[in-house]
Amino acid sequence: MLDWADGLLRGFINPYYYGILVTIGINIILALSLNLVTGFTGQLHLGHAAFMAIGAYTAGLLATKAGVSFAPAVLAAGLAAAVAGVIVGLPTLRLRGDYLAIATLGFGEIVRITLLNLDITGGPFGLRGIPRQTNLPIVILAALFTFLVLRSLVHSRMGRALIAIREDEVAAQTMGIDTARLKVASFTLAAFFAGIAGALFAYWFRYLNPSSFGFMVSIELLAMVVFGGLGNLLGSVVGAGVMTYLPEFLRTVAPAIAERRLVFYGALLVIVMILRPNGLLGTSSEQGWLEIWLARRRSGPQAARGVATGETPPPASTGGAGRGPA
Amino acid sequence: MTGSTYALIALGYTMVYGVLQLINFAHGEIYMVGAFAGLLLVTVAQLPFPVALLLAMGITALLGVTIEFLAYRPLRRSSRLSVLISAIGMSIFVQNVALWIWGPSTRSFRPPFPVTPLSLGGLRTNTLELLTLALALLMMVGLHLLVTRTKLGKAMRAVAQDRETAALMGINVNRTIAFTFAIGSSLAAAAGVMVGMLFNAVVPNMGVMPGLKGFVAAVLGGIGHIPGAMLGGLLLGMAEVLGVALLSSQWRDAVAFAILIVVLLYRPSGLLGRRTQEKV
Repeated sequence: MLDWADGLLRGFINPYYYGILVTIGINIILALSLNLVTGFTGQLHLGHAAFMAIGAYTAGLLATKAGVSFAPAVLAAGLAAAVAGVIVGLPTLRLRGDYLAIATLGFGEIVRITLLNLDITGGPFGLRGIPRQTNLPIVILAALFTFLVLRSLVHSRMGRALIAIREDEVAAQTMGIDTARLKVASFTLAAFFAGIAGALFAYWFRYLNPSSFGFMVSIELLAMVVFGGLGNLLGSVVGAGVMTYLPEFLRTVAPAIAERRLVFYGALLVIVMILRPNGLLGTSSEQGWLEIWLARRRSGPQAARGVATGETPPPASTGGAGRGPA
Repeated sequence: MTGSTYALIALGYTMVYGVLQLINFAHGEIYMVGAFAGLLLVTVAQLPFPVALLLAMGITALLGVTIEFLAYRPLRRSSRLSVLISAIGMSIFVQNVALWIWGPSTRSFRPPFPVTPLSLGGLRTNTLELLTLALALLMMVGLHLLVTRTKLGKAMRAVAQDRETAALMGINVNRTIAFTFAIGSSLAAAAGVMVGMLFNAVVPNMGVMPGLKGFVAAVLGGIGHIPGAMLGGLLLGMAEVLGVALLSSQWRDAVAFAILIVVLLYRPSGLLGRRTQEKV
């Protein structure tokens, strides 16, 4: 599909960067969809890689075992992941925040272990022989599509309801928002997009192994979303772009750091939470140390006391770039 | 009896959760550091085992307090989501720093004392396993007494109930929470050392699975409930053995998580826990 556009792009992008751009595009879809659940709805979801895995294996199996062509296989992958999203979401989303985190983590592990032990998936040897049919134009279109759908969603009535759930679930419920239904809906939609991303992943790398979808992948995705900004879609695009390209870049400049990037991801999560829990471009009303300190400096000692005791309402989040810890 | 090691880990989770309502994701990593500390103290420093065990517990107590100070204390007033993300970040950080320092290979940890196989009424076991079980029971009883009978325990319960009121009553909240972390983390070290010897293996990623399963055990027994953690750990150990016997050993880890999800759905307060209403 879109071979003419692909030819055009390959004309002036060298194969190395072409590959990185495809990976960035896939990660953008994953980060955007995770942001819907964690950033906008405020539900910490630690098993996003599992939905990606379900999509990837659905597409991979349809392509290798059933001879289904690219477009229907990708769509089926998204739907399979969405169905899994409903099945997981319906019972678990009743759980309070931290239990939900553990339940999604447990779900992710169960999916990985299942893929590892089934015969049809090739178990630990992986699934081979998927044709390479993902190309850059398709990934760009898919990422754009995800972005536009999610953007119109978060600006809709439903999006506002999701944000209300994030800010205060009990209050949202009191206002007549069907929190359980909306949480499941956002979870399902996120799973659908993760499934699509997984299928694109399968058709790009042509080989699937359960270890590509472990807990650490979910954490890397979370780091992208947190760094870019919870509740900001553009932030996820930036986060996915930076955190996919940076390890590649460091691999050539400072391989020792690239190899140990998880040390920095861990520290990054802690530091961002303390200084600016919103990440680079986030939108929630929560303030970190950095904002409190800046607000104090900006408005002199008089208002500083107000901020410290919580008398003044928090300033409207403008999400100005450059304020966050870059 | 892997169950008793889950119980030891679960005790630490339950302590911290009971007081702070926080899942200390870094608990599994503290357990791993405890195992490494024990191993190095026994093999490199050539200390006698009980001294090494106590020292390892001291080291992880310090580590636990440091983690609390760096990653959780600045976030006392933040949303649960922020604290959870910070906890995950800390866990990833500690694990990968350990990987950096000690490398990814597995080190063997031979018990520095003779281990003799025993048979108790048809049950085959050995002195090391019995020692682990005894240690877990001892610590559970000690912990229970600490929480119910001492002044510090009373302070912990007060902080757990209402942090602000506790502070108004003259309880040093920060110090109480730091103590909670110190105790919970030292229990993790005990578990780490025992497991390191039981499996004769110490490796930087050893904390991930047992950490998660320790949490499962704590939830199963009723999180925040000390004897519950013990019961949950033992039950989880048995359930895994049963699961392995019925399916196959590859499904072992899936059993724990399936149990977790079922418990969370039908009895989120666990076997021994009390039901609580969400406060507004």
